[in-house]
Amino acid sequence: MHLILFLLFAGFCLAGAINLLLQSHPINSALSLIVVMTSLAVLYLLLGAEFLAAAQIIVYSGAIMVLFVFVVMLLNTGREERTLGSRAARAIGLPAVVALLAVLTTLILGIRGLGGAAISQGITTTQDLSRVLFHQLLLPFEVTSVLILIAILGAVALARFGSGDPVRRERTVAK
Amino acid sequence: MSYLHQQVPLAWYLLLSAALFCLGVLGFVLKRNLITVFMSIELMLNAVNLSFVTFAHQWHQVKGQIFVFFVMMVAAAEAAVGLAIIIAIFRARATLAVDRIDLMKL
Repeated sequence: MHLILFLLFAGFCLAGAINLLLQSHPINSALSLIVVMTSLAVLYLLLGAEFLAAAQIIVYSGAIMVLFVFVVMLLNTGREERTLGSRAARAIGLPAVVALLAVLTTLILGIRGLGGAAISQGITTTQDLSRVLFHQLLLPFEVTSVLILIAILGAVALARFGSGDPVRRERTVAK
Repeated sequence: MSYLHQQVPLAWYLLLSAALFCLGVLGFVLKRNLITVFMSIELMLNAVNLSFVTFAHQWHQVKGQIFVFFVMMVAAAEAAVGLAIIIAIFRARATLAVDRIDLMKL
């Protein structure tokens, strides 16, 4: 059961990630990234992290990806152009990534004492998680909320109408 | 009933995480659209999260999962600010092709 679910959703993950690379329109890449994140939520559930599975769906495939899709639709830039400059990246980047994958695989297969995961084994409940989070790690949690607040203010300040904005320039010309 | 207790080696989860991370690096290097490059960064963050959860399961530690929680929060903040920067760049240059945004290039 666990094996079937793992193979199925790991396959979805890899297929979504490869599709992200192959698609030339950003909206298709965004949709395949949603597939990857939702499959990862199932894998978290298989590993017994039930709160993280819910948070993954709500925060990642919900909030963050809605933001991405919204920006893609707002800017509407169309297909990406595969042009200049990417030749060097292809010549150096591809072998470097293959080498990185080889090194990581060797390291992972060299780890001794890794166990296995089975269904309904080693489940971390939300209660366990929140007990540690709100007793030992209360200060980092609160600092995170300040970080989010600053990020909201920064996003609003950055995305506000700037001087280079055509709408505002027209308004200035009209005056 | 035996198939219910079948075990999946945790190394497979780690290998999946490594593969996803490498695909994210590949997307970061090869893609030419600023939004897709940003999506590749999110893919890398997700890959690392998977290995955090795997190690949390292996060592029966809750702290690994809490780290993933914090990574998610920081990723949300990063996405909000990053996309705002992308909108500002698009306003100024009217393009999202990374080859055209080369003001700081020597």
